Amino acid sequence: MDRLEYNDMVLEHFKNPRNAGTLEEADAIGQVGNPVCGDMMEISINVKDDRIEDIRFRTFGCASAIATTSMLTEVVKGMRLEDAEKVTWDDVMKSLGGLPKIKVHCSLLAVDGLKAALYYYYKKVGVDRPDLKPKDEDEDHHHDVEVNIQDSPLV
Amino acid sequence: MVYFDASSAMPTRPEVIDEIVQYMRDDFGNPASIHGWGSAPKRGMERAREEIGKLINAMPEEIIFTSGATESINLALRGSLPHTEKGRMKVATSAVDHRSVRAIASALANSGYEVIDLEVDIYGVIDVEKADRVIGDDTALISIPYASPEVGSIQPYKELAELARRSGSLLHMDLTMAAFQEPIDVARMGIDLATLSSNDLLGPKGVGALYVRRGVKMTPVLRGGGHERGLRSGSENVAGIVGMGAAARICRERMGGVRKHLLGLRDRLSRGLLQIEGSHLNGHPTHRLPNNFNIRFDYIEGESMLMLLDMNGIGVGTGSACSSKNLEASHTLLSMGLPHEKAHGSMQITLNPLNTEEEVDHLIDVMPGIVSDLRAMSPLYNKEEGA
Ligand code: FES
Repeated sequence: MDRLEYNDMVLEHFKNPRNAGTLEEADAIGQVGNPVCGDMMEISINVKDDRIEDIRFRTFGCASAIATTSMLTEVVKGMRLEDAEKVTWDDVMKSLGGLPKIKVHCSLLAVDGLKAALYYYYKKVGVDRPDLKPKDEDEDHHHDVEVNIQDSPLV
Repeated sequence: MVYFDASSAMPTRPEVIDEIVQYMRDDFGNPASIHGWGSAPKRGMERAREEIGKLINAMPEEIIFTSGATESINLALRGSLPHTEKGRMKVATSAVDHRSVRAIASALANSGYEVIDLEVDIYGVIDVEKADRVIGDDTALISIPYASPEVGSIQPYKELAELARRSGSLLHMDLTMAAFQEPIDVARMGIDLATLSSNDLLGPKGVGALYVRRGVKMTPVLRGGGHERGLRSGSENVAGIVGMGAAARICRERMGGVRKHLLGLRDRLSRGLLQIEGSHLNGHPTHRLPNNFNIRFDYIEGESMLMLLDMNGIGVGTGSACSSKNLEASHTLLSMGLPHEKAHGSMQITLNPLNTEEEVDHLIDVMPGIVSDLRAMSPLYNKEEGA
């Protein structure tokens, strides 16, 4: 494999992930698949007074998926739900000081996982939030993989 | 530091480096020169050609020097196809082939050729019976590796050579990973074209060779001053070629010992690592290259595993999608019928002769901790366990 250019902060979160694991009694669990590389992300939350009181994550994915989710959980822990749902992959990536280009999609996975958890939380308390609903995993498979060679006949 | 990624690069043997230096510093001339400076390089180069021939039982004049395996494969396929009989428009390759073969095949498919993907079984071994059904008198060329570079399974080359002979098609074999550790006899094996890489013989990078059986008609890919019997123009990389020759000589002389050493290390690895719960060997259990050990661990992802190993000073490879440039899981593992998430957790260990037992033991020590840490973080782990 190519050695990826992860910065120190990403490596630090990868080595010592914050909030990894599951919650004993989660209020909601969101699980999403990564449409690009096929990985999986799970985010569990506990909510109190409209705030994310506690949060955990598990991922079947690369170092970037682990680091971005670790950072995301730090960012949104204690946040009001309405603010947490507005956190974007770009915010997470910036807090981490950037990611290798090919690894940007992993931060999307983290944010989608959180949105899914929020969706199920709202659903549980009787609020329908179709905008937060997790997408079908198989949609858009491999959508942003760049192809830079065009084959022409061989001579 | 423990280096277990021979398939990415090998160290160059110190003895070989000494010879290379001599040809860079003292005998730096151009072998084509008529004056005195040309003669030592010319002799060095011809000695190297003989040594490489001896390693695979070829005549020196059947060896063409190139810049490495990629160029050799390009020359093998693109150089021979223009001369095959009219009407032969099929080229057979497989999922276990070198990346260059697959890349050329996809370009050939755009040039009117029909590319046949020979099917492999769960061990990554080409299915001969199925191959027999698709190879015929419309086939121009069959390209196979001696063994899968990724999972190490040795291919049924005898049967495939027989198929090539019966159908009248050319047989190209990729010998890159095999030549330093397996006795090869191109004449007996019925091979028409064979690719070799210097670095895989523990020689310098940037040099390779193509074996072209006497009588096989070829067209050059690189045209110019007509070097290498007109098949590969460009002033020769003499120091590199001499290094490759020296490396080939050492491979031949020490083959027995090297094989024994590698087999010992591989058995130690498999005893130590396959003890980890939820681990499986990829590739054929016995019929495989001595230096290859490919294992997968359920529920975890390869890039994370690789990075944690790297932090422990150990370098290995993986077939995980996350670590590849195009974010696709290993073609070889998928073609063996492994589902995506299983291919994800694969770890490829390729040994070189300089590896030691202590290095193997270090990996065996740290691996269980890495696997359990990553499993603790995997949503697939207790999901399957608990359900
Ligand atoms: S999770 Fe697969 S590339 Fe990041």
